Amino acid sequence: MSAGKVTVDGHVVEINDARNILEVVRRAGIKLPTFCYHSELSVYGACRMCMVEVEGRGLVASCSTPPADGMVIHTSTPRTRRLRRMIIELLLANHDRECTSCERSGSCKLQQLARQMGVTEVRFGQRDKKLPVDNTSPSLVKNPNKCILCGDCVRMCKEVQGLGIWDFAFRGAKTQVTTAFGLPLAEVACVNCGQCVAVCPTGALTVKSEVDKVWEAIQDPGKVVVVQVAPAVRVAIGEEFGLLPGEKATGQMVAALKKLGFDRVFDTLFTADMTTIEEALELLGRLQNGGRLPLFTSCCPAWVKYAEQFHADLLENLSTCRSPQQMFGSLVKKYYAREIGKNPAEVVCVSVMPCTGKKFEARRPEFTTGGVPDVDFVLTTVELAQMIKEAGIVFNELEPEVFDNPLGMGSGAAVIYGASGGVMESVVRFISAHLSPGDVSRVDFYPVRGMQGIKEAEVETGGQTLRLAVVNGLANAEKLINRIKSGEAFYHAVEVMACPGGCLGGGGQPYPNNTASRLGRMKGLYALDRAEQLHRPQDNIFVTRALERWFGGPANANTHHSLHTRYYPRRRISGKPVEVNGRREEHPVEVSVCVGTNCYLKGSYDILNKFMTLARQMGIADYVQLKGTFCLEHCDRGVSIKVNDEIITNVTLDNAEEIFKTKIAIKAEPPWVV
Amino acid sequence: MEGTGRKFEKLQEIIARHEGKVSHLIAILQEVQQEYRYLPEEVLTYIATALNIPPAVVYGVATFYAQFSLVPKGKYVIRVCDGTACHVRGSEPIHFALRKELGLAEGQQTTGDLQFTVETVSCLGACGLAPVVTINDQEVHGQMTPEDVLRVLRAIKAGESQEERREAHA
Amino acid sequence: MLKSRQDLKALTERAREALKKEKLRILICAGTGCVANGSLGVYEAFREELAKRSLPYKVELVQEVEHPATALNISGCHGFCQMGPLVRFEPQGVLYLKVKKEDVPEIIEEHILHNRLVERLLYHNPLTGQVVVREDDIPFYQNQVRIALEHCGRVNPEDINDYVAHGGYQALEKVLFEMTPDDIIKEVLDSGLRGRGGAGFPTGRKWAFARSAAGDKKYVICNGDEGDPGAFMDRSVMEGDPHRVLEGMMIAGYAIGADEGYIYVRAEYPLAVKRLKKAVADAEAIGLLGDRILGSDFSFRIHIKEGAGAFVCGEETALIASIEGQRGMPRPRPPFPAQSGLWGCPTIINNVETLANVAPIITRGANWFKQYGTPASPGTKTFALAGQVAHTGLVEVPMGITLREVVFNIGGGLRDGKEFKAVQIGGPSGGCLTEEHLDLPLDFDSLQKVGAMIGSGGMVVIGQDSCMVEVARFFMTFVQNESCGKCVPCREGTKRMLELLNKITTGKATEEDLSLLEELALVVKDGALCGLGKTAPNPVLTTLRYFRDEYEAHVREKKCPAGVCKALLSYFIDQEKCRGCGLCAKNCPVEAISGEKKQPHTIDLVKCIKCGTCMEKCKFGAVYTA
Repeated sequence: MSAGKVTVDGHVVEINDARNILEVVRRAGIKLPTFCYHSELSVYGACRMCMVEVEGRGLVASCSTPPADGMVIHTSTPRTRRLRRMIIELLLANHDRECTSCERSGSCKLQQLARQMGVTEVRFGQRDKKLPVDNTSPSLVKNPNKCILCGDCVRMCKEVQGLGIWDFAFRGAKTQVTTAFGLPLAEVACVNCGQCVAVCPTGALTVKSEVDKVWEAIQDPGKVVVVQVAPAVRVAIGEEFGLLPGEKATGQMVAALKKLGFDRVFDTLFTADMTTIEEALELLGRLQNGGRLPLFTSCCPAWVKYAEQFHADLLENLSTCRSPQQMFGSLVKKYYAREIGKNPAEVVCVSVMPCTGKKFEARRPEFTTGGVPDVDFVLTTVELAQMIKEAGIVFNELEPEVFDNPLGMGSGAAVIYGASGGVMESVVRFISAHLSPGDVSRVDFYPVRGMQGIKEAEVETGGQTLRLAVVNGLANAEKLINRIKSGEAFYHAVEVMACPGGCLGGGGQPYPNNTASRLGRMKGLYALDRAEQLHRPQDNIFVTRALERWFGGPANANTHHSLHTRYYPRRRISGKPVEVNGRREEHPVEVSVCVGTNCYLKGSYDILNKFMTLARQMGIADYVQLKGTFCLEHCDRGVSIKVNDEIITNVTLDNAEEIFKTKIAIKAEPPWVV
Repeated sequence: MEGTGRKFEKLQEIIARHEGKVSHLIAILQEVQQEYRYLPEEVLTYIATALNIPPAVVYGVATFYAQFSLVPKGKYVIRVCDGTACHVRGSEPIHFALRKELGLAEGQQTTGDLQFTVETVSCLGACGLAPVVTINDQEVHGQMTPEDVLRVLRAIKAGESQEERREAHA
Repeated sequence: MLKSRQDLKALTERAREALKKEKLRILICAGTGCVANGSLGVYEAFREELAKRSLPYKVELVQEVEHPATALNISGCHGFCQMGPLVRFEPQGVLYLKVKKEDVPEIIEEHILHNRLVERLLYHNPLTGQVVVREDDIPFYQNQVRIALEHCGRVNPEDINDYVAHGGYQALEKVLFEMTPDDIIKEVLDSGLRGRGGAGFPTGRKWAFARSAAGDKKYVICNGDEGDPGAFMDRSVMEGDPHRVLEGMMIAGYAIGADEGYIYVRAEYPLAVKRLKKAVADAEAIGLLGDRILGSDFSFRIHIKEGAGAFVCGEETALIASIEGQRGMPRPRPPFPAQSGLWGCPTIINNVETLANVAPIITRGANWFKQYGTPASPGTKTFALAGQVAHTGLVEVPMGITLREVVFNIGGGLRDGKEFKAVQIGGPSGGCLTEEHLDLPLDFDSLQKVGAMIGSGGMVVIGQDSCMVEVARFFMTFVQNESCGKCVPCREGTKRMLELLNKITTGKATEEDLSLLEELALVVKDGALCGLGKTAPNPVLTTLRYFRDEYEAHVREKKCPAGVCKALLSYFIDQEKCRGCGLCAKNCPVEAISGEKKQPHTIDLVKCIKCGTCMEKCKFGAVYTA
């Protein structure tokens, strides 16, 4: 890093380890316009908006040029102004300019910078081709016609989430950001975290809105509409109404929900406490019975889908606890509905979440009661704000109100679920008090707090040292898992949250959803925890009472049925199988050998080759149609194959010949058999 | 059917020869395209699996380079050089004549029967022979005119139908 | 295996002796062009015929005998096709042209057995009718100085011994045993060698940066991604003298402390790939590549990477991305490759022609090199002369020679008596120069001053019948297609520049469009991320500067002065020539032609869509445009 001074528009500024000119210029009180610069992501240098003139060097991109001692920088010259305006004009020419009806109208960076640069006319032709909108994902919508190809989503998905769902395809003016082969988003390994939406400067990536369905439910007199609100929503919704990130707005939010017409306004904190209790007892149980460790948290739906797709062998390690959202839905549909004398279909459960992945989670087929989903609709923080605005409610003038009971009560340990490390801290709070009932001293557990990607901690409890890890961002999770799998590291419990900073940085939070906002929200959450009267889940008597009344206590067969779940290996990508041999005969035996990553790594291609050789040797090659397919979703059970409709798992090179003879050859019907 | 089986074996062999190295992705795609005459989607997914990289990355690379095709190409790939030297000596009319003769619609490169693909290429570096047309990168025809190129095309077609007749006969 | 300096000296001796012993050598051109004309058949015929007669002579396939064979393309002749295949007899240097399989027995009979020339196959000076026997005496070569192309056509590119016999790997031996890396860098700096691939950055400075960069692992990359349409000098060097390239890379590697190198070759150059691969394998086989070369501490390996069709990969950071297996998209610099290049290691990237100059600089010294060219641009430059010029082909000339000398003395002026209008130099990154620049010295700095650049050395001569707006549109179409799509100015800017040029050439543009085009061109030049984008507007900017009147004619009068832009033409029927056969009217897709049978027809200019069908169909040449 460098020292020295530069001159910015005539003012001398210390370099002071600034990474690039952009940062130095910012210190001089000037915010250069950018589309593709994010301090959390690698430097891309493509939008060229931030170019400045440096004496002796001409125009340079400030995001990718380090400052040097003595540099004389001019940020606003005829050339930089001409450049910035023209870039905006070029982007607008290729942009689907339905601004007034765009979801991002008002929060769109292109719109904002066009105004800021004073671009009032576009002198070029229109976009020449309209591409189809991808509406297939339950969480996200992609409108390529609004994409300005800044690549923010690509780098976010690759660098922070380690997924690489988005990438550039084609080149030149035909360049697109797209999924593999342009497949629908619902058919690739997207975990619905929505971080791409969080960084998208325009309306190219947006959250799929469920606002209309919620309005419909509210206005249906035959329905009781119950709403739950996740912890991270309360420290962010104010941003939509001019408050700072982290500024407390819980009371106004509750008041607004009531004004909107929700029949009961409950709090997800309630089931967050319940989750802590169930999960902590699960951990203690595993410690006692020698169960699979580390125990991974399972509150984050993006992480769960990620594990199902990429780590089938770890699914046993995931806590079987449903997430707080789904525990809540289950309670509402199975118990609360009954208590108010309704059947599950008459109660609509809406949740307000900071998260886009929750929309996917709510649709998982496991989470239903009597044929209806436990959680009917999921709104993001931004969608709720949208409803409040639509209804004309003046948020800042609302008198604070409180959540309804019985499902409206939560401890401080539940509030911090919204921050990375919060779940782990709650578990620690529960366990330390649970194992030494007299000890009420320690409540705060600082080592797991903060924005850092990987945090490690140890805690002494019940005469045992528990090794804990907390990660946020799936790329960090992957790193940690690799260390665990290689034996380099061991933990008893691991908390994984897909979004940077945890749920408070979720894909459904207001714009801007950057590090500064996230830090503000995080501060807000810990402040709320401090202000709460209760700091341990077991002190929440509404929760302990509910556990007693509905389940006869925590962690038993009853809670297991309603509050826990299981996980399934999941394919990453849909698509045609690889043809290994064509068919000659009309009704061949169809044999698909899985060549998805898990089976591939276990050598499934050798098995495929073996089958091919056997078919040739036995002279029935024309009667067996061999294919390599991408995942039969039995990744946890060795190499899988599918013979006609039957799935056979645990195929190895050793048993391949026998399986071929007994399961495949026998079904092939060469004419001489008949 | 032996053909597809061989292709799959070849695919595995290519990946193995490159030791599944990501830095060899372009070379792998080049060799695989030689086998399949194009890059089928499922084969690209297979390559992504074998190299342990996101399929979107493979798709991104495959669509970036002009050499790769994600749709089947014709048996005969006719490339019309449109480098500067060829352009100023009239490569455009040659290209048009070919497309017209083969009845290719706008944006269409390959004939419906998968016999012919017509492409332009930015420069083959054979500027002294301009304008240049190549067939399957093997035959180089220099100093072409629209009439010449149609003669070349008809000769290929004649050879084809002769082959067909021979096959039918056999 | 060569294990020491002495081993190499011994090999050189042996190879030289073997070469001397050969009384006769027949070199048959195997360049892309000659192969297309059947040189392989000629080669086979020679082999068969010699075998039949039990003659012990060696026949070799050689890259384009005397580069460029197209230089023999005299006016009135339609070019190389009729001149090739070429056969050269060594050591006399006799060159036969347009040799067919059937000529082979006669050549053997006359030239070899009876020591008589086959006069009908020799070069005939079209002006004097004089017969030229020796290739070197052909007037075309008298103004040339061959350093990079020194061996092309003279050595067998597939025989490492032949290269060694011609002094190959002497420079490597010298640096390994007599020079320190700093000596090498000083020599290259002193020679003033500048990168031949584009911007002309001093090669020695590049090496010095990489040498001083921290890191144990460093790379040398040879940029053989010669993508400029109309340029093929690098291809000729890679195909014709591959060992020269390897030797240059090894010297560079020794100088900067690298032990690994990559050659990135365009996929469109299969022959270059094949020859380079063979050269690497041969050098490895005798220990000139590998561990502890010639017993020194220096180890070096070379890999060949084939491109896959992307012009932008000629840009060094895009090239690195492509070698790493990614989309060839440039990244911002700094950091420069010399600090952080391939896989984050210090890397130098030199173009083929630059590397081909290294070995002679080392063996003959910086002062020798500096006697050619100008003080700021020493040495020679190879240009690919193409377009409407009489003699097309590769010319290697000292830097600082004037455009006039190249176009008129070497190139023989314009073909078919056309009038000179412009020269497009440096490919899509370069610019158009006009008559007023004919006496401009060709060197890096002089060209930059007038808005053009040497680029990789493409030189397309344009005659009066070409439309400069259309020329600019052609290059814009090219860069638009080849833009990687990363930065906004290049991706969107070139697209819109092309849109504006299309409007101009179809007569739909306004005065405002013209100034918008200029403004946009300047923004793209200012704002693009990489060299491709920054230089993409050059063809437009230079034509706007020197041929503004042509643009204005398209915009104001809706006329194309050169009569090239189809949409601005109107079709008429010559009333004298028309016989009223009605064929045009029958074929007109919009029924714009009317007339009584056997009476002259007319075209309704309002209905006419200018498709040109009538002109094509008319058997009497009665349809004309104006």
